[in-house]
Amino acid sequence: MGQGFQLKDSTKEALAGYGFLLPNFIGFLVFTSIPVLASLALSFMKVDLISSPKIFKLVWFENFRQLFRDPYFWKYCWNTVVLMMAIPFSLAGSLILALALNQKLKGIVIFRTIYFLPTICSGVAIYVLWRLIYNSDFGVLNTLIAKFGALLHLPLKGPNWLTDEAWAKPALIIMGIWQSVGGYNMILYLAALQGVPRDLYEAAEIDGANSWQKFWAVTWPQISPTTFFIATMSIIGGFQAGFDPAYIMTGGGPNGATTTIIYYIYNNAFEWQQMGYAAAISWVLFLVILAITIVKWKMFGKLVHY
Amino acid sequence: MANDPSLDVKQLVREERRKNLFKKTGIYAFIFLGALTMLAPFLWMIATSLKMPGEVFSYQKPWWYDWVPTSFVWQNYVKAWRIVPFARFYLNSIIVVVLTTLGQVTTSAFAAYAFARLRFPGRDKIFFAYLATMMIPGAVTMIPVFILLQELGWIDSYKAVILPGIFTAYGTFMLRQFFLTLPKDLEDAAKIDGCSYFGIFWRILLPLSKPALATLTTFTFMGSWMNFMWPLIVLNSHEKFTLPVGLAYFQSLHNTDWTLLMAGSLMMILPILLLFIFNQRYFVEGIKLSGIKG
Repeated sequence: MGQGFQLKDSTKEALAGYGFLLPNFIGFLVFTSIPVLASLALSFMKVDLISSPKIFKLVWFENFRQLFRDPYFWKYCWNTVVLMMAIPFSLAGSLILALALNQKLKGIVIFRTIYFLPTICSGVAIYVLWRLIYNSDFGVLNTLIAKFGALLHLPLKGPNWLTDEAWAKPALIIMGIWQSVGGYNMILYLAALQGVPRDLYEAAEIDGANSWQKFWAVTWPQISPTTFFIATMSIIGGFQAGFDPAYIMTGGGPNGATTTIIYYIYNNAFEWQQMGYAAAISWVLFLVILAITIVKWKMFGKLVHY
Repeated sequence: MANDPSLDVKQLVREERRKNLFKKTGIYAFIFLGALTMLAPFLWMIATSLKMPGEVFSYQKPWWYDWVPTSFVWQNYVKAWRIVPFARFYLNSIIVVVLTTLGQVTTSAFAAYAFARLRFPGRDKIFFAYLATMMIPGAVTMIPVFILLQELGWIDSYKAVILPGIFTAYGTFMLRQFFLTLPKDLEDAAKIDGCSYFGIFWRILLPLSKPALATLTTFTFMGSWMNFMWPLIVLNSHEKFTLPVGLAYFQSLHNTDWTLLMAGSLMMILPILLLFIFNQRYFVEGIKLSGIKG
């Protein structure tokens, strides 16, 4: 008091604001926003970190030109899209499970916990587990198939799941569905189902609708925002997915059948020292995701029913 | 025909009940089968981890053989622990995960308070920049951050794993959204009483935000525990490996030791499982929060 110099309240507040923001903001600059720009710059360069001094040579659009002519890039893009086949199945499964769990039944919480286990545990340990499950000679899946065949007196033999080019992708898709069907999406659907107004069902009942009709006339339109949200988020995630399971289970093979875009970026950047090229691929990936995000924003109001 | 209308009603109720029972049994059967499918791989994992190495392959054995641990070779766990430095991996993971989570929650809470409650020039622009980066794939920043860490000589250190994991826009965004839902009156009253900004944050906002903080803690912990790609990129020496990288390394060394591989995998999952079972409600809340933002 009486020092003659006092900061205005608004200045004090602003200073406090900067102070609180600062620790996070520095990290945000160093590890996110500056690297984004640096990555754009790298995508126009040939980078060699092994030679000394390190080489950063500007080549303009050379990386992008190479990329569009690179058959492997297109193959891995295709792989990434094919692996996203898991999304519609997983989405439908999540909804069916949510509908079943939405009934007022005893012991539901236990089931919800069990369904969530594969999602919670997802990671290297689960991929190691599934690599053994899919083992063509001794894995439990092919053992089951053979035993089932014996039961029917048929010589059933399971495929070489992870080493056959035709079966590696289906194997990863099946595992992906198992992993995601009871997880986040089911919880989101459960929340959405609980938010559907009861009187809509009552009105439908008065009109004589059966359960099937009620689902399509009331439930499905009412939860469409959730469906749309889950679908777009899954697609965005799908474009960036596939590294961990492929690295552990197949090494990206057989013959590149399970290498996805992100795996190709990893290989280029950290196995083959093609950092400029890897940065260019990552920017193409970013642009694809950006496009989907924009479509999502534009469509959200139009397509879905509130 | 019955003249008593209550008879009709009774019959109707009975029929309704029978229909309901039928429906309930059907749903239970469905849910139960689904749960079995979810659990089967885990059961097989546990059973395998407890077998003798030679016992794993079971063509001539009865069908249940794969699913029941017929022998209890606890030695597998000890062996897995000895063959690679699992204890070391555990310790590394704990160090990395605890520091990442602590850093993430603290800095996010600070920043979220600034964004939600304080007015300063440029605030909305900076917040928009945060939002915009949320859709950038990790692959984009991965390469420059790696080069930066290499320039700093931090490759193959805990720092290299921890620091980039701390600063995610998502944590700040989530906490900001939560702070905005809290009533302001208490803070205004505290301000009039001469409470500092830090005091308001620490003594009023944080205690009210325990559920959101718990959710962010749980999610960061889990993500960091399972994170594989980044530690794989920046760590080289075995004694610094986190559990996922360590397990992958273990697999590359002992490709065919199924019993040991399953024992090792189970040991990696166990902490997450416990965390989930005790913190389930925060998972559910966190997922719902993330769903609202769409």
